Amino acid sequence: MSTPMVRFEGVSKRFGPLTVLDDLNLDIAANEKVAIIGPSGSGKTTVLRMLMTLERIDGGIIWIDGEPMTHVQRNGQMVPADAAHLRRVRGKIGMVFQHFNLFPHMTALKNCMEAPVTVLRLPKQEAEARAAELLDMVGLGDKKNHYPSQLSGGQQQRVAIARALAMRPKVMLFDEVTSALDPELVGEVLNVIRKLGKEHSLTMLMVTHQMGFAKEFADRVCFFYQGKIAEQGPPQEMFSNPKNERTRQFLRAVLEAG
Amino acid sequence: MSFDWAYALEILPLLAQAAIVTIEATLLGFVLAAILGLAFALLRMAPNLFVSGLTATVVEFIRSTPLLIQLFLLYFVVLPRIGIAPTAFVAGVFALGIHYGTYCSEVYRAGLEGIPRGQWEASVALNLSSYHTFRDIILPQAIPPVVPALGNYLVALFKETPQLAAISALELMSVAKQLGSETFRYTEPITLVGLFFLAMSLVSAALIRLVEYRLNVRYR
Repeated sequence: MSTPMVRFEGVSKRFGPLTVLDDLNLDIAANEKVAIIGPSGSGKTTVLRMLMTLERIDGGIIWIDGEPMTHVQRNGQMVPADAAHLRRVRGKIGMVFQHFNLFPHMTALKNCMEAPVTVLRLPKQEAEARAAELLDMVGLGDKKNHYPSQLSGGQQQRVAIARALAMRPKVMLFDEVTSALDPELVGEVLNVIRKLGKEHSLTMLMVTHQMGFAKEFADRVCFFYQGKIAEQGPPQEMFSNPKNERTRQFLRAVLEAG
Repeated sequence: MSFDWAYALEILPLLAQAAIVTIEATLLGFVLAAILGLAFALLRMAPNLFVSGLTATVVEFIRSTPLLIQLFLLYFVVLPRIGIAPTAFVAGVFALGIHYGTYCSEVYRAGLEGIPRGQWEASVALNLSSYHTFRDIILPQAIPPVVPALGNYLVALFKETPQLAAISALELMSVAKQLGSETFRYTEPITLVGLFFLAMSLVSAALIRLVEYRLNVRYR
């Protein structure tokens, strides 16, 4: 196997006395689509938040694109990375949040231009063209001058996807991106993610409760339970013939509710 | 003792001149307070515990001691010590600015704490620098809601400018006192000064409401 795009090497995370993730080892190949499922409190969102450097890790190393993100090599030893290194490496990662987190004082277009202009230092016109193109791609070309408060939840989430893509990340993280949406708006967001998967070469990690979508979209499903990967595999296998008792229980509960 | 209209009219030009000094001290003092307040608020949020702790201590110290004492200290001790021979006006503006800067910092802090965590996290996810996060994302959302509170401090600062009379800055109150001591008639100058403060306070309250309204309109 070639260099993985994302590698968790013995990563652990504790909140006080609580161990949220315990010695996580996980490789994700470039362009792979991985769905992360599991009961609440199983550590699945923490996986994404650690990748985005929103949470510090308490042990282990995270690698991005063949390079250590959380650490730097110095004199043959791995030492914790400083803020500048974290910042440089996380430039390869984009994230979409459960609650959108759009900037309410900026139009959809401005939301998508802010980081390209200030971080990538793109000229304004170029950033604007890129933002407009992406908003078109998510089906909101006619809403680019709307403020977030003037958009529905599904539309806001699509702007958030365009905003993350404007930074041209190699890895996209989706953290329960449809959980805060009214049921009739879920489809439009999932359609955009589907399209992304087809048309862009992106490594995608998504924490989701949409089992149907995970089954159809993901190359691999990871079931988290109590801070560990209890089972993983191709979705057809996982969903039709789960081997782990916990996976069976979880899927039964979810499918009954769904 | 009745109100002497002729005398009141006679001293009006002198008082009007002093009123300009009062307004200048107010505006300069408030600009300083608004800038220092923001600096205090940001330093207090610094990740470095020494910096944030020191700022918190200084702010608390200034807030908890009277303006009058700070005025004397600045004018007679601190500024001369560091080699500046201040005019009473300059010392007064600094004292007002620093004192009200600490009040303003609490106002900014409330505004900053009102920003949802998701806004900070989105800024990290987009890889914005701290500078751009504050300039483009946090401050434009944190400041408009606290403009009314800042406006209240503008009016409060304005009403405290008579304290500058203590170091003989030639603002309204000290001029009124001088006139009184020259003629032994205090009723007219002090009444006029009171009326001026009343009128200006009402005007500025109206202006603040206007600004507030404008900000609300723009924000939605």
